Amino acid sequence: MPHPLERRIIFKHIDEPGYTNDLACYVRNGGYEILKKSVARKPEELMDEVKKSGLRGRGGAGFSCGLKWSLVDRKSGKPIYLVVNADESEPGTFKDRYIIHQDPHQLIEGIMITCFANRVKQAYIYIRGEFPHGARILEKAVAEARAANFVGPNICGTDYSCEIYIHRGAGAYICGEETGLIESIEGKRPYPRIKPPFFPAVLGLYQCPTIVNNVETLCHVLHIADIGGDAYGKIGTPNNTGTRIIGVSGHIQKPGYYEFECGKVTFGRLLNEICGGPLPGHTFKAVIPGGSSAKVLRFGERFKVKQKDGSFVDWGIDDIPLDFDSLAACGTMGGSGGVIVMDDRVNVVEALGNLNAFYAHESCGQCTPCREGSLWMKKITHRMVHGDARSNDGELLKSVADQIAGRTICAFGEACSWPTQSFVQKFPDDFKAYPEAKKAAGGKALPLV
Amino acid sequence: MTTPAKTDLITVNVDGREIAVPKGTNMIEAAKLLGIDIPHYCYHPKLSVVGNCRMCLVEMGMPAVDPATKQPVTDPATGKQKVNWMPRPTIGCATNASPGLHIRTNTPLVKDCREGVMEFLLVNHPLDCPICDQAGECRLQEQATQYGRGYSRFIEQKNVKPKRTVLGPRVMLDDERCVLCSRCIRFSKDVAKDDVLGFIDRGSYSTLTCFPGRQLENNYSLNTVDICPVGALTSTDFRFKMRVWFLKQTNSIDTESSVGANTIVWSREGVIYRITPRRNDEVNDTWMADSGRLFYKQVRADNRLLAARIDGQVVAHGQALQAASELLKQGGVAIVGSGRASVEEQFLTRRLAESLNAPAAIVARVGQGDGLLISADRNPNTRGALVTGLISSLPSTTLASLARAIDAGSVKTVLTHNEDLLAAGLTPAQLAKVAVVYVGTHDNATAAAARILIPSLTVFEKSGSFVNQQFRLQKFSAAVPAPEGVADDLATLGTLVNAAGGSCPSAGLPALWTALSTEVPVLAGLAYSKIPDTGAALDAAAWAGLHFPEGETLHYKPAKA
Repeated sequence: MPHPLERRIIFKHIDEPGYTNDLACYVRNGGYEILKKSVARKPEELMDEVKKSGLRGRGGAGFSCGLKWSLVDRKSGKPIYLVVNADESEPGTFKDRYIIHQDPHQLIEGIMITCFANRVKQAYIYIRGEFPHGARILEKAVAEARAANFVGPNICGTDYSCEIYIHRGAGAYICGEETGLIESIEGKRPYPRIKPPFFPAVLGLYQCPTIVNNVETLCHVLHIADIGGDAYGKIGTPNNTGTRIIGVSGHIQKPGYYEFECGKVTFGRLLNEICGGPLPGHTFKAVIPGGSSAKVLRFGERFKVKQKDGSFVDWGIDDIPLDFDSLAACGTMGGSGGVIVMDDRVNVVEALGNLNAFYAHESCGQCTPCREGSLWMKKITHRMVHGDARSNDGELLKSVADQIAGRTICAFGEACSWPTQSFVQKFPDDFKAYPEAKKAAGGKALPLV
Repeated sequence: MTTPAKTDLITVNVDGREIAVPKGTNMIEAAKLLGIDIPHYCYHPKLSVVGNCRMCLVEMGMPAVDPATKQPVTDPATGKQKVNWMPRPTIGCATNASPGLHIRTNTPLVKDCREGVMEFLLVNHPLDCPICDQAGECRLQEQATQYGRGYSRFIEQKNVKPKRTVLGPRVMLDDERCVLCSRCIRFSKDVAKDDVLGFIDRGSYSTLTCFPGRQLENNYSLNTVDICPVGALTSTDFRFKMRVWFLKQTNSIDTESSVGANTIVWSREGVIYRITPRRNDEVNDTWMADSGRLFYKQVRADNRLLAARIDGQVVAHGQALQAASELLKQGGVAIVGSGRASVEEQFLTRRLAESLNAPAAIVARVGQGDGLLISADRNPNTRGALVTGLISSLPSTTLASLARAIDAGSVKTVLTHNEDLLAAGLTPAQLAKVAVVYVGTHDNATAAAARILIPSLTVFEKSGSFVNQQFRLQKFSAAVPAPEGVADDLATLGTLVNAAGGSCPSAGLPALWTALSTEVPVLAGLAYSKIPDTGAALDAAAWAGLHFPEGETLHYKPAKA
């Protein structure tokens, strides 16, 4: 049962007893009615609803969805593509997989409305290689929807036609980066493209204007088409509209997924009330609020946050509302909504070592700072946890990370350097004390991934 | 080159200095015009831009405009338009100049970016410099010295990768040295149109390799060695032969076809070690074919002619020259010039033919063009023969009229300048009927059958000029001294002209060019020293009606028939 503080829109039917992922069940629950109504409207109207709704992308960056659509080059005469980013690979994130596994038609309906609104004739769902089951479910769902005339030629009896293709990745995190993803669909190594000039809105898939949206974002579009942009904009808080799915994992009583109105619940309520607080006998030490790339927050930290009226408030972690802007104001990000909780048993050096191993393994290797820096950081933390830690390693790590962030082709540079920057900055004593603590503990370390 | 119209120019500001640049110029090229170096590895002016090395990060600013009124915002402190600087550095290679663009290359942020990228490039780079062929012309060395921190903070193990991967018959790869700039991949794919190279694995373990079952074996493979900014790709021919800082560079021209790719000949103490392309945006960009790079081997080839001979007996050079002069004076002479000879030599050959009242021809060499830098006309200077008047129509691949004249008995002596008459269609019987004076560089059947043999110089031992397929006059210079006892072709031809009663200006190039510029209309006003290093375009109108054999190559389109 959902927690009373939750408001489930996207996850309305997830884990609902008796709810299955086939078309009949979806239609029984009112599915595809919104699509039928939408294709009778003007595409511009639908775009306008999304603009009015204030919807922000749920993939990680929180970019305005209406703005993204409005940037698409519609004068080039080239076809416009929609690419659905289902490459959900950010550690700590597990929201899109539930939609794909348990309610795939919600996604397909959202895709079709988005395609209609943007006059898109072909959509691609790029699903990560590690989701083979999800890919099969989507393939079946698209086939069902096609048979029922919700996908394919002359949708719902109109003259509008649109096809959906499912493209499976081969297991690379970088394919979640939109231009890397596009390269991957084109059959190339997923090297992210330089921007400028290769903004997807102008030169995307096959050098045509392309919209790349996250799975959850497209589901929100469906509900905006249903209730209207203005009504949707009233959900959540201004500039942080709608609901967000938060996936909580780590050292906590009740990990799992939750859906809240943006900004209506604070971190304190989420962790202590809704998720039941820390495991018995332990206290929280740190939390990564938006997938492993987001900067870590230390319990006990204070944040001086400027309000709209210019005044400042003093927040602890517990006071931070779960939305895009508040987390950004606290120096981190809402990201993909994957909350990773660490309690007092966690050694932050070893935790960082684990993250560094991940990013070094996933760096595509195209541009110098990320390629060399991510592996160097991994080698440093690996050396530290394997017995040769030095007291200045923290500074070295941070300095390496500083040489990566903001200087790479894609956002992976930030993704791999923010953990290091924030861990070292927020836990300087742990890094300084690590060599001695290591010696005292007899040198046995956690094996790294 | 066309000068861009004023309206196509936009003003950009680099480190406080303003310069007008053509639209579409990127930051690196714009700064270069001001003499400001923006270091880079992956960027190459003739390849697509990928922006992966991140060495060219600079600060970028744009003039501030009020978003509401669209009016420029003035900075009260300076009275000038305010500049909005981007918080993040920008890559210079992928950012094109726009009106009012501001670039800063000397700020602490830019310095820090360069130090960071240099450090990253070096952490897994082997300390091979003492045995690396690239040492001395290595961008990594140069830029580490210029922009690096000068010390290492890296105490971990370096990555280990294959050190001797054979990519193809002429190219060897050291993967540890590779900085993954992808220049070679882009060259193979975009320029050579032979997509064989790619990266495998990911992150810092990325490795350059050929596609399975393929080799880097196209005729342009060595260009990848030239553009490799580090010592990862090396030429199997040049590898471990010589330190580059000992080598002297001489400008030359590739003689394998009428394209006339500009080259640099690298030599030390009279020995040539390698040939590389020289940039000429009108002719060969920065490329040349592999085949032309091996031409230096002809200098020391086993069949090189190094001594004058009369009837097979070695004689002094002067003696052979004397005998040739006398033979020619007896009349009944035909002259076979060469499309491989320089403009100056062809000019003297024509003089000689005129003095002797002898017919002159050259032998055409026609092959298949590759559409890039080897054209169908395999003579480098067919157009030179037209320009100097040695011939007046396109040459044929066989010497049919000479053969008829020999059969008719009207020709008793044939002087051939480096052409094998048998290869050009004469029969041994025809050859046996005449006395042959052979002025040439290498032994062949005609040289063996010659009455008088006078050795001459290869293109690497003399100076002169060629006219390529675009009617572009391009000069080359002697890279190494002539072998002992071998005279310059110009000296030989000059002596023969004088002996035949013609007048030859003294053999030096400046004097020869005084004559050329007065006698040859399209060369009017030119002097050898005035020919630019990238060549001078000649007026080709006089030959517009000829049907040249060349098809389309880089920077050349044949006139419509």
